[in-house]
Amino acid sequence: MSHAKLNQFEAVNFSRIYSLGAARGNLVVTNDDIAGPIDSSDEWIRQRTGIITRRRAGIDQSLMDMAIMASNEAILKAGIEPKEIGAVIFSTISHPYQTPSAAALLADKIGANPAPAFDISAACAGYCYGIAQADALVRAGVAKFVLVVGGEKLSDFIDPTDRSISFLLADGAGAAIVGPSDEPGISPTVWGSDGSHWDSVSMTASLLDFRDGEASWPTLRQDGLTVFKWAVWEMVKVAKEALDVAGIKAEDLAALVPHQANIRIIDELVKQLKLPESVVVARDIVNTGNTSAASVPLAMHQLLKDGSVKSGGLALQIGFGAGLAFAAQVVVLP
Amino acid sequence: MALSHDEVLAGLAEIVNEETGIDTDSVKMEKSFTNDLDIDSISMMTIVVNAEEKFSVKIPDEEVKNLLTVGDAVNFITSAQG
Repeated sequence: MSHAKLNQFEAVNFSRIYSLGAARGNLVVTNDDIAGPIDSSDEWIRQRTGIITRRRAGIDQSLMDMAIMASNEAILKAGIEPKEIGAVIFSTISHPYQTPSAAALLADKIGANPAPAFDISAACAGYCYGIAQADALVRAGVAKFVLVVGGEKLSDFIDPTDRSISFLLADGAGAAIVGPSDEPGISPTVWGSDGSHWDSVSMTASLLDFRDGEASWPTLRQDGLTVFKWAVWEMVKVAKEALDVAGIKAEDLAALVPHQANIRIIDELVKQLKLPESVVVARDIVNTGNTSAASVPLAMHQLLKDGSVKSGGLALQIGFGAGLAFAAQVVVLP
Repeated sequence: MALSHDEVLAGLAEIVNEETGIDTDSVKMEKSFTNDLDIDSISMMTIVVNAEEKFSVKIPDEEVKNLLTVGDAVNFITSAQG
């Protein structure tokens, strides 16, 4: 049986990141500020995590506020109009509504209404998941420009007495505009998940437990050593594979931008990858803390802002965390 | 062929030295990783992974907390070698 010929989206060859935007929590929280409830000290926290200060949002600053600020910067720097955005992808685990999505509200707030908009839940891998999706949407011709945001207000989901992860966590949003390119700008993504370790980084309880009075407000927690082991030795394999599928070598990189989980993970990753000295390694965690989905774009934005790297260089970005989920790709720096 | 206790101890001392800078002569069977050698849990996990590779053994995460002294680790690795 024959039928009328269908149109399909017309693919374009390549995509790239046009620009980045960044917003951090408006409070600078020191180790001394949080050490008391975990019976710790500035020295212990610095030595274990590398964090000197973390940025957290006060009650007057919402997740959406930070996402809007970061998005507006990215849109302005990309030189596009908000109406040209063909999709909005918001990666977050701290949007405080089951539904509707944070992305739909963000799209409206930044003038991208009626762009398709959706959230993704891939925790600390979320931004790199979003870039993978944006790359696919752009190259498939589904959207000309895609806004990808990784944003968190994790301070709403921490327990000040928790020694496993809460003291690392911070608030912020990073945004990227992905669009068509004459040259390859985003390598194939190496990504995946391992749900056999679903509870290695998780919440202390479900919302149903909380509703039924069986648990207090759910907060983040982790099995630190198990996660450390996975984040270094498994992610080394992922990083090497990402370089391999990108068709480049470590010495071709201008920068490594790993998820800013913990300086010890970053340092061990660098050591295991045997990166040349010429590769700049993002260590934004020192002043920002761990912002989950926001950490990779915030760290890359900072490297560009302080002149550590230049536009046009290659950066390996890798996100990893709860799920366990991971994603890595090589991108041309915007 | 399985390594002897002394050979495992020597190999482990090299790993500890590489991770922490502690002199290999200080890595003795009776030494506590935390109390005597001042090795924190993250460094301990790094040592464990390197030991797994070097000695071709599997040290489960839940076993790591039981390895309090260098001797505990040497005995575990020697046994695990079969």
